[in-house]
Amino acid sequence: MSVVVRTIARILVPVILAFGGYVILHGHLTPGGGFQGGAVAASAVALLLVAFGAPSLKKLKSPLSVLEDLGGIAFVVLAFLGIGTTFFFNLLAGSGGLFGAASPIGPNAGFLNTGGTVPLMNWAVGFKVLGGLGAVMVLFGLFGGDDDR
Amino acid sequence: MNLTAHAPILAVAVPLLGAFALPLWAKLHTSLRDLWLVLVAGVTGALTVLVAVQVYTVGIQVYTLGAAWPLDTLAPGGFPIRIILTVDALSAFLGLITVLVAVVGFSYAWRYLNEDEGKTLALTLGTLLWAGMLGMAFTGDLFNLFVFFEVTSIAACGLVGYRTWASRGPEAAFKTMVMYTVGGLFVLLAIALLYGEYGALNLAYLARQISGSVVDRIALGLLLGGLLMKAGAVPLHMWAPDAYGEAPAQAVILLVANTQISLYALFRVLFTLYGGVADPAIGWLVVSLGTLTLLVAALMAVVQMDLGRLVAFGAVSQIGYMLLGVGVGLTVIAARPAYGLVAIQGGIFHMLNDAVAIGLLFLAVGAVEKAAGNRNLANLGGLGHDLTWTTGFFLLGSLALAGIPPLNGFASKLMIYQSSFLLSPILSALAILASILLLAVFVKAFQGAFLGPRLRKAEPVPVSMLVAMGVLALGVLALGLFPELVVRHLVAPAADALWKGRDLYLQAVLGR
Repeated sequence: MSVVVRTIARILVPVILAFGGYVILHGHLTPGGGFQGGAVAASAVALLLVAFGAPSLKKLKSPLSVLEDLGGIAFVVLAFLGIGTTFFFNLLAGSGGLFGAASPIGPNAGFLNTGGTVPLMNWAVGFKVLGGLGAVMVLFGLFGGDDDR
Repeated sequence: MNLTAHAPILAVAVPLLGAFALPLWAKLHTSLRDLWLVLVAGVTGALTVLVAVQVYTVGIQVYTLGAAWPLDTLAPGGFPIRIILTVDALSAFLGLITVLVAVVGFSYAWRYLNEDEGKTLALTLGTLLWAGMLGMAFTGDLFNLFVFFEVTSIAACGLVGYRTWASRGPEAAFKTMVMYTVGGLFVLLAIALLYGEYGALNLAYLARQISGSVVDRIALGLLLGGLLMKAGAVPLHMWAPDAYGEAPAQAVILLVANTQISLYALFRVLFTLYGGVADPAIGWLVVSLGTLTLLVAALMAVVQMDLGRLVAFGAVSQIGYMLLGVGVGLTVIAARPAYGLVAIQGGIFHMLNDAVAIGLLFLAVGAVEKAAGNRNLANLGGLGHDLTWTTGFFLLGSLALAGIPPLNGFASKLMIYQSSFLLSPILSALAILASILLLAVFVKAFQGAFLGPRLRKAEPVPVSMLVAMGVLALGVLALGLFPELVVRHLVAPAADALWKGRDLYLQAVLGR
């Protein structure tokens, strides 16, 4: 693609990733969550693919698929955290620390530092979706035919 | 931590974690991956057996995810809001079938799959499929059922398209994916209708609330369509022969178990969810679909020249026997419980027999393909000279599938013949006709592939593949020689769970 597209892509990719991260981070407060945020972040990979072409992104394939595996493992491990009580038990909610503040009752603007394991699971899902969709797109770009340009 | 209380969820979560971690171990070293798979399969198998022992000795096992304690099923106000696993005898029975099939399949795959053909992917997807099947068997939540339905769909499509280098692999995978997705959407729409009407997703709660309204009937039709599509019943069977023909052999037996899990979900819907508003017309619908399936598939098998597709049509026709057995049970059980129960027992017992016999056949076909290089009956012949054990296994499996005594297929088919005879003699005549057709099919296949002069030297079959087939062959013999033991201790409680156990199922979740 032309130098204009490549330059804009360089500027936009961090913005897209940041917006994806925002959707994931606020998943327990606002519409969105791990899957949606991960899909937004994966669109950065799509932009890179369009701007720079699949061969230059070949080295991204392996890290993306590892990221997908790690996201899946992190999700199940977070669910296992509660096994002392029950599987998926929200161990961290209301315990202080990261995402551990108690949620206030009644109408409020939403407090980020609540939710316990739920935001962490959102991150796990987000990384899994980013890794999975990203790796699939890179593979499609690498092995797809040339007849669609 | 109380292991027995947590066993139902661990049996689903361990293979899930195992599947996610498997590719990472493979990146380090393939032997680490194999070790991990042995560990995961062993732990999952042990946990499932533990659950089954608990269910058969103590009673229905309930597990509430994320609650303060596992049996805390109801939120304040007496409403089941969380995901609840409910394992009764039928779920446990299906869980045991998946364990048998998965363990045999993985030990077969050890030498069957080549490393450079993406063995890691096949093992990962196989483990994921196993997790999905256990989830479908154990869940007591309608939406959760849909989620695991999709997990099995995605893993199964990946396995069907495993042979990307052969042009027919991706085509079969695409066909399967379309059918599974349409089926999944049917199920999702039905769930949405029920949720809109009753505001709940828990099976037990819905079963207590269901009124048999028009919306309920539409939902039942959609559930029937979606689950039968996944089970591969005629006229929605067209994906099955392609999928069974193209997937690697160890995955095919998982796919067969997957169709049985879909049947399980169907029976759960028919008996538990809609048991309170049962309608004999639905029973007749299931009976006629079952009869159609077993006849059409057996007739289609006659004309096949590809050994894999031939056995695949045999597998589809067995789905018909299960539908016939349970459908007869559904039709008559309200009026005549004693023989309705025998029909249901026959259908459920046939699930186990089918998994063992058709599994043996598919594994033997895989061995033939590996040894001789192709599966076309026109090019095969005289394999009996070199592949002595595989020949014996194929013969045993095909006789069992055709219902020849004293092998296991006979035991369950006899129960189905007897009970369907009481409903209508035509049904059992058609069922016997399909069995005879299958016998003719397998005589042709056996003669074409294994008898006659040796055409060319066949490669020897690795010992681990023979051992995997041997386990299933022992199963064929043991289930055929001692059917009454299995029926009394495993199948009868599972059949009771469907009909008499309905109130227990509801009480286990809702109390009272």
